[in-house]
Amino acid sequence: MSDRGSVTPLLRVEHLTMRFGGLVAVNDVSFDAMPHEITAIIGPNGAGKTTVFNCLAGFYRPTVGRLLLTNAAGEFQLERMYGNEIAGKARVARTFQNIRLFPKMTVLENLIVAQHNKLMRASGYTFLGLFGWKGYRKAEAEAVDLARYWLEQTNLTEVADEQAGSLPYGGQRRLEIARAMCTEPALLCLDEPAAGLNPRESADLNRLPRFIRDKHDCGVLLIEHDMSVVMQISDHIIVLDYGRKIADGTPEEIRNDPAVIRAYLGEPDADEAGAA
Amino acid sequence: MTLAERLRDAVMAAVVGALLALPLLGFETVDTGGPLGIRTRFDWIAYAAGIVFVGRLVLLGFLDWYRSRQGRPEPLQSSAPARRDVLTRLGSKADKYLMPALIAFAIIMPMLPFANRTVVDLGTVVLIYVMLGWGLNIVVGLAGLLDLGYVAFYAVGAYSYALLSLHFGFGFWESLPLAGLFAATFGMILGFPVLRLRGDYLAIVTLGFGEIIRIVLLNWTEVTRGSNGISGIQRPSFFGFPFSADPPDGTTAFHQLFGLEYASIHRIIFLYYVILVLALITNFFTMRIRKLPVGRAWEALREDEIACKALGINPTNTKLTAFAIGAMFGGFAGAFFATRQGFISPESFSFIESAVILAIVVLGGMGSQAGIVLAAAFLTLLPEVAREFSLFRMLTFGAAMVLIMIWRPQGLLAHREPTIRLAERPQTGGAA
Repeated sequence: MSDRGSVTPLLRVEHLTMRFGGLVAVNDVSFDAMPHEITAIIGPNGAGKTTVFNCLAGFYRPTVGRLLLTNAAGEFQLERMYGNEIAGKARVARTFQNIRLFPKMTVLENLIVAQHNKLMRASGYTFLGLFGWKGYRKAEAEAVDLARYWLEQTNLTEVADEQAGSLPYGGQRRLEIARAMCTEPALLCLDEPAAGLNPRESADLNRLPRFIRDKHDCGVLLIEHDMSVVMQISDHIIVLDYGRKIADGTPEEIRNDPAVIRAYLGEPDADEAGAA
Repeated sequence: MTLAERLRDAVMAAVVGALLALPLLGFETVDTGGPLGIRTRFDWIAYAAGIVFVGRLVLLGFLDWYRSRQGRPEPLQSSAPARRDVLTRLGSKADKYLMPALIAFAIIMPMLPFANRTVVDLGTVVLIYVMLGWGLNIVVGLAGLLDLGYVAFYAVGAYSYALLSLHFGFGFWESLPLAGLFAATFGMILGFPVLRLRGDYLAIVTLGFGEIIRIVLLNWTEVTRGSNGISGIQRPSFFGFPFSADPPDGTTAFHQLFGLEYASIHRIIFLYYVILVLALITNFFTMRIRKLPVGRAWEALREDEIACKALGINPTNTKLTAFAIGAMFGGFAGAFFATRQGFISPESFSFIESAVILAIVVLGGMGSQAGIVLAAAFLTLLPEVAREFSLFRMLTFGAAMVLIMIWRPQGLLAHREPTIRLAERPQTGGAA
């Protein structure tokens, strides 16, 4: 683990609380996500993982707490921004637990739509683009190049002109990540990227967050159920249970944390004891 | 199917036929000298039921024989979706071949030998609906916002021109952009309160908006002259040269300009070409804007609004531009309608107009430009052709709709052409 004291965290979550009526879905959770790291949020069903994500992405307004994101452009208080501003200005991109593509548009179109704000400016808010302005055509060609790059990384070049909805499930998952990366984010939030995939596909998909962390200036925040995946690829793990943070540390520390074992992994059996 | 099954089916059909025949054939209004009297003719119902019974039996027998020949025992319904018929194939080629053919036909139509005054007039009406269909297609087909009050923008355009011409003496060409601008403004006014609504809820509010506009036009008599309507609206001139037998002093009439004999059909043909150009502008604009970021954002919004937000697309602006631009074309069409008719009243902008325009978009195949042309021609020409059976006009209209919904639930020419293809983009990233 890197020296967490000297680097400004990419995302600092302070005392995040989200209440729905009497239900406290997230209760006073604080953590940091560092740049160039994969931070995983794990926890049993209903622990509040996705609620944390929805607060981050502006889908919910937190009841209490502060979400501070620091990217190259400056500092942003996410809890005060609209969903589309969080994606556009603070550069937080996300994927969804239940895939949300644009199914009737082609794979390539999905990736071009992701670059909307950039292209909108280049097309002079439509007016110049209508007359086939040269600057817009250049920007569009660049957008296609970026899309082509992510198509290659996600192994989707062959199906670029197919309808997104016609892809197999694994392809749709990869396309969603490619689409999120086409927004050129500072922080990529993946909501259970391996859900519903078979072991081979999921092993395939695990390569992607690590690639993004290593080769791009982008931190990754990950929700995952699959412990083997999390332990393999994360640099830092936050464990939630009943909306509270019960542990925070490296995979090694989490593996040995008695509170985590009790809450999430169940009572230690022979296997777990051996691994520890 | 066994004989007993066939018989049971035919009896059911006969019962339904008899029920339908009761109001349609069972009663006849007769002139009894003074008031209208009603005569019953229940024997007709029996004949109708008999015809249905025999017809159904023959049809079932034929279908069984046909299937046994084909060696396909499955029922009729299950084979329908798999069929790749002419229209599906046509749909995928529509943009490439069908549209240019239709446009070429539209351009030469007034010069063809059969083109008399009625035909050109009818062509103009079809083109008005084509333009309205294309305008509404931006809102419904691309952005996926179900708008049942589109006629409101048509009305705003028509009244904008009528009032500008009445009070300020504006000509058609000066008023056209203003009419579009006013309609677009009304599109935004409608857009704001309905930003959070989707589907059925949106449809109800837009329906209400359409009615509000009509009722305001009807009751605000000081400005709109209410149900009397506005008459004597300036007819269009050929860019300053009027169409008239004896032009006012100091102006040259169209026929004098070209040294022709005066003929009233000149203006009809000119109007036809004006609406053709307006409609083609609408089409060109739509084709173009689909390939721009805002057009792609409309389609993305139709597919998934939440995903759009997560990509940084501002749904508010995107929806408002769709409403405004769709409304603008409705406004242009409205101004044209006013100058063509020379007289407008709120009656022309009733809900049934909105329904017909929406039917054109849905029947044509959402998002298909060529499909809308076919649907507009079908829906406007059908009442004309069926004028002799005018009593049965709504019946044929309804039957045609039902049949199309059974055979082509996705619309006549449903086909979505991708706005960009990787295959057409060389690695260097140059223009396609």
